[in-house]
Amino acid sequence: MSTRNATEAQPRIIVEHVSKWFNKRSARSLKDAFIGVVKRQSTRSRQFQALNDISFQIGEGESVAIMGLNGSGKSTTLKLVSGVLEPDEGRVFTRGRVAGLIEVGAGFHPDLTGRENVFLNAAILGMTEKETKERYDEIVEFSGIGDFIEQEVKHYSSGMFMRLAFSVAIHVELDVLLVDEVLSVGDAPFRAKCEAKLRELADQGVTMMIVSHSKNIVKNLCSRGVVIRKGNVVFDGPIDDAFAELERG
Amino acid sequence: MIDGLNGIRRSAVPAFARNPVTQIDYSAFDTPGRGRGLLDVFEYRYLLRLLIGKSTALRYRNSVLGWFWSYVRPTVQFLVYYIVIGEILQVHKNVPAFPLYLFSGLVLVNLFNETLGAATQSIVSNRALVRKIYLPRELFPLAAIIGAFTHFLPQLAVLIIVSLLFGWLPSFAAVGLVLLGMLLVLLFVTGLGLFFAAVNVRFRDASNTVDIIRTIATWSVPVLYTWAMVYHRTENFRWLFHVWLSNPLAVAVEMFHHAFWGALPVVNAASPVPDNLGWPPQFEWHVVASVGVILVTLFAGQFVFRRAERTFAQDL
Repeated sequence: MSTRNATEAQPRIIVEHVSKWFNKRSARSLKDAFIGVVKRQSTRSRQFQALNDISFQIGEGESVAIMGLNGSGKSTTLKLVSGVLEPDEGRVFTRGRVAGLIEVGAGFHPDLTGRENVFLNAAILGMTEKETKERYDEIVEFSGIGDFIEQEVKHYSSGMFMRLAFSVAIHVELDVLLVDEVLSVGDAPFRAKCEAKLRELADQGVTMMIVSHSKNIVKNLCSRGVVIRKGNVVFDGPIDDAFAELERG
Repeated sequence: MIDGLNGIRRSAVPAFARNPVTQIDYSAFDTPGRGRGLLDVFEYRYLLRLLIGKSTALRYRNSVLGWFWSYVRPTVQFLVYYIVIGEILQVHKNVPAFPLYLFSGLVLVNLFNETLGAATQSIVSNRALVRKIYLPRELFPLAAIIGAFTHFLPQLAVLIIVSLLFGWLPSFAAVGLVLLGMLLVLLFVTGLGLFFAAVNVRFRDASNTVDIIRTIATWSVPVLYTWAMVYHRTENFRWLFHVWLSNPLAVAVEMFHHAFWGALPVVNAASPVPDNLGWPPQFEWHVVASVGVILVTLFAGQFVFRRAERTFAQDL
């Protein structure tokens, strides 16, 4: 991994002084919104801060783990990088093709067949028709679904469903991969296969940003950890020290 | 260039923590989640096609009659209106070939109602995707509109067949009017649909508003009556007539009337000549006004959509 040259090479991800607030209770109807305006409640008082002025960069080919307890802001950070959420303050930049293993299967429709879902989801993740056709066999092969691929996804077991979804996501051509807690899919052999695949992608120079509570996977893939606590970055450094910091609470 | 980029509290960070790159060429970077609105959709043509295919494939899955429903619904609707308006209220006395007059306008109103309803629900019903993956969000209303449009085509086919039975002879002018009428409606709905799809994310009141709009749409355009009736009733308020006919849907409906009903030999040979056979007076200005309305709606819809889009993922 090209971490040594991180100061010269252009980074893949830049997160600059980013803050994010969420509404504690959002106005669900026009009436509520109107009452909010009339009562002049300040907006900030009805919000909580999910991220507080966080900054970091991830270099070309680096694999970085975003660590923290539940609710610390890890997934929010990942969503900001993927573009699903926008920062309220600060800026986020990415370079190259970014795709996420974020909640794989979000684009799956139970009434479509496995094959139809593969094509639809590959397109959702940014693949062209040609790329999907070229990789189709590989995707089905990796998922281990076999002949079930022509059946409607609603007849799949949950494991099969996740395996196929994961398989599509992992075969997308990309420069930056965002991984969020999806490595727990499938049975042990499939998990091992996924880890090997991620390892392979990392070795090919794909930049990775990983959110996971699994110590093994993180240690195996990442050399650097960013620890977030209550929306603040409290540590950014080697993975072993990051774990020490995390366990210190 | 950017000092203090390293926003991490220094005290908490060991000395070896990676020094951030300070010389950054931002032109090589993208800002995630920022698109170019409707223009982006052209780059995602392939995905748009798959999304449309999905909605048409799923619409009648698990239903015995399938696509037949696309014919049944407008037919029943037509019969109800025909019996009540044509036979009981006797509108057909002034309008020869009234069934065709009614049907040629009704299909267009159906197109408007179906596409607007689908577009309004599009973001909310794709919430799983919108919350998890960034795509140009305009894809969803647009796919919904085109998907609903495919269900208009069977109705158009029925209309053409019925017209031929009435002795209709297709002409280039008729084809042009039909295409223009559909284009006006679709562009109008795109603007309205973007607006209501965005508003519906935060305020589910939007779908109720749209229900009312659809009822008004059905009755505010000359489908169940003729423009001539409105013209006579607004003798002392001519401006009201002009405002009424600046509605893009009304203009499109008149185009459909001309293309189908107005081209029938039966209608042209009728005596006395029906007073709504010609174009309404100053119709060219109504066309101009309706194009203006469409442009304003499109810009406003896109503007509101883009403003609201930033918080879609957290509001859903």
